[in-house]
Amino acid sequence: MPEKTFIEAIHDAMDEEMARDPSVVLLGEDVGLRGGVFRASTGLIEKYGERRVIDTPLAESSIAGVAIGMALNGLRPIAEMQFADFSFPAFNQIQSEAARFHYRSNGGWSVPLVVRMPYGGGPGVHGALYHSQSVEAFYAHIPGLKVVLPGTPYDAKGMLKAAIRDDDPVIFLEHKRAYRSVRGEVPDGDYTVPLGPAEVRREGRHVTIFAYGYMLHESLRAAEELAKSGVECTVVDVRSLKPLDVKTIAEAARLTGRVLVVHEDNRSFGAGAEIAAIVAEEALMYLDAPVRRLTGPDVPGIGFNHVFEVEFTPDAAKIARAARELAEF
Amino acid sequence: MDITVRMPQLGESVTEGTVSAWLKKPGDRVERYEPLLEVITDKVNAEVPSPESGVVKELLVAEGQTVPVGTPICVLEGEGAGAGAPAPPTAEAAQAGPAEAGTARAARPEAGPGAGAAGTEASARGRYSPAVRRLAREHGVDLALVRGTGAGGRVTREDVERFVREAAEAPAGRPVAAEAPAAQAPAATPAPAPALAAGQPAGPVAPPEPGPDDEVVPLTPIRRSIAQNMVLSTSTIPRAWSMVEADVTGLERLIRARGEEFRAREGVALTYLPFAVLAAVAGLRAVPRLNASWAGDRIIVHRRIHIGIAVATEAGLIVPVIRDADRLSIAGLARAIAELAEKARAGRLTLAEVQGGTFTVDNTGALGTELSVPIVVPGQTGIVTTERAKRKPVAVGDAIAIRTMMPLCLSMDHRVVDGADAGRFLGVMRARLESFDEATGLY
Amino acid sequence: MADWKEAGLTAEDLVGMYRAMLLARRLDERQWVLNRMGRAPFVISCQGHEAAQVGCAWALTPGKDFVLPYYRDLGVVLTVGMTPREVMLDFLARAEGPSSGGRQMPGHYSHPRLRIVSQSSTVAVQALHAAGIAYAARMRGEDSVCYVSFGEGAAQQGDVHEAFNWAGIYRLPVIFVCENNKYAISVSHTKQMAVENVADRAAGYGFPGVVVDGSDPVAVYRAMKEAVERARKGEGATLIEAKVERLVPHSSDDDDRTYRSREEVEEAKKRDPLLTFAERLKKEGLLDDARREELEAEVKRAVDDATEYAEKAADPRPQDLYTRLYATAPAVGGEAAPGA
Repeated sequence: MPEKTFIEAIHDAMDEEMARDPSVVLLGEDVGLRGGVFRASTGLIEKYGERRVIDTPLAESSIAGVAIGMALNGLRPIAEMQFADFSFPAFNQIQSEAARFHYRSNGGWSVPLVVRMPYGGGPGVHGALYHSQSVEAFYAHIPGLKVVLPGTPYDAKGMLKAAIRDDDPVIFLEHKRAYRSVRGEVPDGDYTVPLGPAEVRREGRHVTIFAYGYMLHESLRAAEELAKSGVECTVVDVRSLKPLDVKTIAEAARLTGRVLVVHEDNRSFGAGAEIAAIVAEEALMYLDAPVRRLTGPDVPGIGFNHVFEVEFTPDAAKIARAARELAEF
Repeated sequence: MDITVRMPQLGESVTEGTVSAWLKKPGDRVERYEPLLEVITDKVNAEVPSPESGVVKELLVAEGQTVPVGTPICVLEGEGAGAGAPAPPTAEAAQAGPAEAGTARAARPEAGPGAGAAGTEASARGRYSPAVRRLAREHGVDLALVRGTGAGGRVTREDVERFVREAAEAPAGRPVAAEAPAAQAPAATPAPAPALAAGQPAGPVAPPEPGPDDEVVPLTPIRRSIAQNMVLSTSTIPRAWSMVEADVTGLERLIRARGEEFRAREGVALTYLPFAVLAAVAGLRAVPRLNASWAGDRIIVHRRIHIGIAVATEAGLIVPVIRDADRLSIAGLARAIAELAEKARAGRLTLAEVQGGTFTVDNTGALGTELSVPIVVPGQTGIVTTERAKRKPVAVGDAIAIRTMMPLCLSMDHRVVDGADAGRFLGVMRARLESFDEATGLY
Repeated sequence: MADWKEAGLTAEDLVGMYRAMLLARRLDERQWVLNRMGRAPFVISCQGHEAAQVGCAWALTPGKDFVLPYYRDLGVVLTVGMTPREVMLDFLARAEGPSSGGRQMPGHYSHPRLRIVSQSSTVAVQALHAAGIAYAARMRGEDSVCYVSFGEGAAQQGDVHEAFNWAGIYRLPVIFVCENNKYAISVSHTKQMAVENVADRAAGYGFPGVVVDGSDPVAVYRAMKEAVERARKGEGATLIEAKVERLVPHSSDDDDRTYRSREEVEEAKKRDPLLTFAERLKKEGLLDDARREELEAEVKRAVDDATEYAEKAADPRPQDLYTRLYATAPAVGGEAAPGA
């Protein structure tokens, strides 16, 4: 199986879906001639033309709103927010409109829309306060959306294809650090990965770590390190926050009774809080330690200086430390 | 001095770059900020300027080669002392000053490497996580027996699992129970909290095998618990024993004269036990040391008085607890006793109702015994029995009179109290019992 | 008043338009009655806008052209095919209501078969949907057009400007209709914008903007017809601004006496399009008093029937709260679950 980077997997998914289905279109800032600022859509405008690969005006609300209209009239748009940080002008279109169309029309209309958003930061990204935010908690709170955050190139391709074929609006979050640093096997040709089920990436009996996106890789590195000293971790790739795989989360928590949730997003009211609540509701009698969260702090984004990047961002060493403390509790 | 030029990160998320062309060759002079090479990444094509002025000494990466960001690609021979990549001063400073760094850590809200864990030291003992309690229940483990290896001596899930495993594997006679420090069982009672392997003898004696004429009775959880606690008590508590006789003629008359009326009014029988408890409470007030727990390196004296009362049930002995017995009247005690005894026999006691006793009173006389050597409940310091009240001739002054006499037997943990304490307690208890007569108020 | 023959209308059209305006007005009035009786929680009214609404909708092809109305557009949705019963079912939030089955407030129309697209209460958002719908229609080679309306208050929202911009860049077959009644709830248009006409802004986005008298259905129809023709021919968007009067408070929860003089309201009522259009039809010999009374009786029967039907119709069941959240069933968990 060929090895590809995360961004190549994203590119391939869009390329294959556009070839397969003429109703798939891509719109966003710089997605056409430039191929996207992260180069995710390189070559697509040449292949599919500027009617289907649309360089939009610099106005995010319009990207989302127009894409909704397209979806209402038979297209399957992929809207790219250049950075997740810039999705907020489009927030109203996503939350008041895309998420609610099906429900508010009692099933009369649906919005098959994918909003792709590069998100996150960390050491070496230098994204600062407005090019490094994690936005998943905002969107995962909204009924009617699906919110997924693949961690591997395999999932990136399979889940993006599933998202494009899904009849509901899907917020598809791509971690920028994963784009070129994460490589993995990606089959050529068609396959999908369902939006929802979590995946147990590693099994161990002492501590269960829940993570997604780039933090999956830091968690796996931490687990590798901990194994050398006899601490065995289960690592669960949550990869979909909406829907959330309550069953797998509960089972994985019961397995060890010690739970660590890792995310880069700000701490309060984040995915970690939801997962901790599920663990409390579904696995209390198996808990042998307080549920811990290791997250980005409650400050507005990752400062530009690399000292701030390191301080803000959970990494393998911090995860290993937290997991070890749990193991020793 | 030599300056190493590294592959720069050209753009967010870019991790590698390809040298497309060197604009200088070894031996060429290059000015600071003058283009040195061209790099292609998947985001940009860019001319990369020289970080310093100098002479190109060596090119480390050939044209067309792709290397990760940060890889050395070229060495320059620099000029002057200021050469070399500027150190990022703020970064180093921020991490150097230990005092400053320490403050920063302390202030960090999520820092508490185990903010949760840190607080457990003092409170870990006797508190168990849901997982530990569930396992203990499933396997019938008395957690007081399990050695904790977690933070602050906390009993972890693994500790229980190991305990169960070792108990199962333990060669006959190996005293699993001995693992438990008595100090970790404050206020434990022979309650229906089951205990694993508690019935195993504490000595190196193999348990008997049943013969053809024997009947094998499986252990009920309550039997296990009793056995375990008795083993724990006799193997860890150096017991001393004393006995006095109390003249309960007045009390006997009181019960005979007002028992019927009391039952009619309260719905419960008037027995010796509430008076015994009241008298014991008086003794404990006089000798607070008997209302205490041995805690290894110290003694914990309890301000509140919770009296365990032994109740014989079909399943075995149960000791429910009258909380704050010192605040109840005779009638209140009688009602509490009747209620607890009934619940005990019906098997409806809650965990809270069998935990937390600080002293035990056992009315063994109800079973007809005249003398007992009771066993101290682990976690408590004393237990007193009230024996069968019997009419017999005693010297009253210089005369012989027929009085109703009741022996009181006290066992105590000699680590906590001495014989003098026992004598004083029994003296007060006897005096109180002898003070009751038909005029005694019951409310 | 505009020349109806020149506009391409027949005498039959004119009476039909009058009947549509009358039906909208009487249904609207019935809604107020039910509200004041305590049988309906909320009314948002079309009164004063009927000529503009019916004039616009008369130029559309129902079921082919997309309609993205705003909450006052009762006259539009009736003209393209919603029935009085359907309107009343939605008004009383009944399960059978086509727009939302009781989920949305009245006036939030949706009717997939008639291509009436569901609306939000957040104003102006639908302008962008119209641009996207029009883009998709053109891409797929349809010659449908897209009608989208909003008030002059909503015209101040960024989404309207962003939609104008898209429509201009891609010459999209959208007809933007601004029903300017001079009040955004209580705030006068003079505090909403520094230009006289919303339509003036179209020039800034590269397509024509026209102002019409919104009390004259013929004038509105003529402007709309031209806009629809341009759109079908691929010549792009038009912004039509219909100057109308709001004859009643913003909604049943509003009291306009705090911000609008009675004299002004009385003055506005003299320009009530229902009266002025009826007079004109009478003058031109197209509608005599007898025919008018017939129409009144016919409309009243329709309104009575709709009211009776909707009042008897079932409420949604509690469990209907949890359905139709997703079009593709989620891969894990249910669609939606009770909160407790």
